[in-house]
Amino acid sequence: MSKAAEIDIASVSKVYGTTTAVHAISLKIPAGSYCCLLGPSGCGKTSTLRMIAGHESISSGDIRLGNVVVTDFPPAKRGTAMMFQSYALFPHLDLVDNVAFSLKMKGVEKEERRAKALEMLKLMQMEAYATRRPAQLSGGQQQRVALARALITDPEALLLDEPLSALDPFLKIRMRAELKKLQKTLGITFVHVTHSQEEAMALADLIVIMNNGRIEQAAPPRNVFEQPATAFVARFMGDHNVLSGRVTAIDNDIVTLTAPEGQSFSVRDIAQEIGKPIDIGIRTDRVRLEPASDKSLGFQGIVSNVEYRGASVKITLIGAGSDDFTVVVSDADYFKKPASTGDAVSLSWALEDVIPLGRVSA
Amino acid sequence: MTAVATSGEIKAGKASRGLAAPSWLAAWLQATPLLLILGFFFILPILTIIVVSFWDYDFAGLYPDFLTMNYADTLGSWVTWKTYLNTLKFTAITWALTLFIGFWVAYFLAFHIRTTTMQMVLFLVCTVPFLTSNIIRMISWIPVLGRNGLVNSTLIEVGIIPQPIEWLLYSDFAVVLAMVHLNTLFMVTPIFNTLMRIDRSLIEAARDCGASGWQVLWNVILPLAKPGMAIGSIFVVTLVMADFSTVQVMSGGQSASVALMMKNQMSLLQYPAAAANAVVLLVVVLLMVAAILRVVDIRKEL
Repeated sequence: MSKAAEIDIASVSKVYGTTTAVHAISLKIPAGSYCCLLGPSGCGKTSTLRMIAGHESISSGDIRLGNVVVTDFPPAKRGTAMMFQSYALFPHLDLVDNVAFSLKMKGVEKEERRAKALEMLKLMQMEAYATRRPAQLSGGQQQRVALARALITDPEALLLDEPLSALDPFLKIRMRAELKKLQKTLGITFVHVTHSQEEAMALADLIVIMNNGRIEQAAPPRNVFEQPATAFVARFMGDHNVLSGRVTAIDNDIVTLTAPEGQSFSVRDIAQEIGKPIDIGIRTDRVRLEPASDKSLGFQGIVSNVEYRGASVKITLIGAGSDDFTVVVSDADYFKKPASTGDAVSLSWALEDVIPLGRVSA
Repeated sequence: MTAVATSGEIKAGKASRGLAAPSWLAAWLQATPLLLILGFFFILPILTIIVVSFWDYDFAGLYPDFLTMNYADTLGSWVTWKTYLNTLKFTAITWALTLFIGFWVAYFLAFHIRTTTMQMVLFLVCTVPFLTSNIIRMISWIPVLGRNGLVNSTLIEVGIIPQPIEWLLYSDFAVVLAMVHLNTLFMVTPIFNTLMRIDRSLIEAARDCGASGWQVLWNVILPLAKPGMAIGSIFVVTLVMADFSTVQVMSGGQSASVALMMKNQMSLLQYPAAAANAVVLLVVVLLMVAAILRVVDIRKEL
């Protein structure tokens, strides 16, 4: 239906007065992929999206769409279409005129543009509501109309600004599946801003995690989860424990770090120097409630909370400089040897499960 | 035990409900103060005017009667028709100018002033002239526009004109100028209010759809500002239609308006004639307001 375009962001910055919202980020989004910009609020993800869309000027750097540098182009000339957070449907127009708006701006004849808009609404299964006003629709229906309005311009890339945040949890999951399906059918590039890591994991081919205006990691979901690049990513994606310390010994590729409280842990890492601060990540589901065979692959902690979740049990412990070290064990394992709040338990993990976490150079 | 207590409570509830006044009475009681105020100060005077408009009169007194003479006199006179035409002319010109100026002032305040504080400061600046009375604001035009006023003397000194321009004061121009001056704020306020409520992302969405600045204005901002324009129009139209002081002062008695005609009739003690005139004016203004409300749905605003 449409040609997809690669989006190439080359050391783009956004400066508002004296504050820098985006610090010279560089990113390549492959053509036809579903990319999620993920991060906490104020991390610069929306500014980045708005710069791609052309609703925010670029302070420095360039954005290329396909083979065209679009840095100084107005929004409509870029080949992108944006879907706004609150959908921004025109309240004074019916659905057909809402969808046909961009055709009207181009000067397409009334009959022709209304026919095209109706076709687009049909694609979104909204033709039954064609003569209604946006206020008479539910959130999910409004989203479909907003999609129809964005897609009628036949864009090379669709930019979505927190498209699911206005929906209730049930609808969120349904519309999420619809978005994914739509992207597969159209084959165009989707860039989706969200603060929900669950949403990003479910949708994205490429997750870009941002923090303080910088990209912490840009990788497929599986890589982000299995090899988080930084402590921030590990914490933000959840299901990871982060331990911090300083490098005290290096033996070939085994680095030993010592936490402030004295425990030492081993991690397979390269290019470290003694005395440097280092973070390691351990997935919560890879920690076992057993004494460690090697002292540097485990510690003893005090249970501070136990949550029963059905198939699994989540245990929170204090120890090794962390006050929310989390262990998720299967219910069977837990009830074989239950622990309750205040108990001291031994934890251990395998060397392969320890992930060295880098730091983003500021 | 609980069952007993519950049944007791139900009985008590029933008893108290039996003692209480019926619900419709409470509603009427709550509405009474407003009803009294509107009744005495709005409905009663209007009814009086309608009744008096059918009475007979001569130079000495009023005689209760049921005559259509006053209406026949009013509607049958070419002076009435000319005066109405003149008033409608003033209304139309003033309405068009206040709408145009009011919209752009509101647009500037709403979209070009970035901070809310500055918006409020500038809006208050707009209202400052309203801290003085209508008459004073009108009269203060006289030294500006008069034969030897500020404008004329400046133009002569600069050498643009050889002698004073006569039509600056005591003319239709002066009347319209003063009316626009007095009434523009009534347009600015409601339009500013509607413009402030427009979701800014709608404008971005329109831009995203390829709309130019004028297209955004024409296709998004103007349609959404319509309710404010309608409310402002109602204010301006009703105020200008009922105006007599501006016309009298600024035209120097050379122009007439319907309300001025009524004032003259009253000073000649022709109250029934003035009352008939007032009823006709009331009907005309109500029709105009109805027409405005038909064109624009302002319910969303209220």
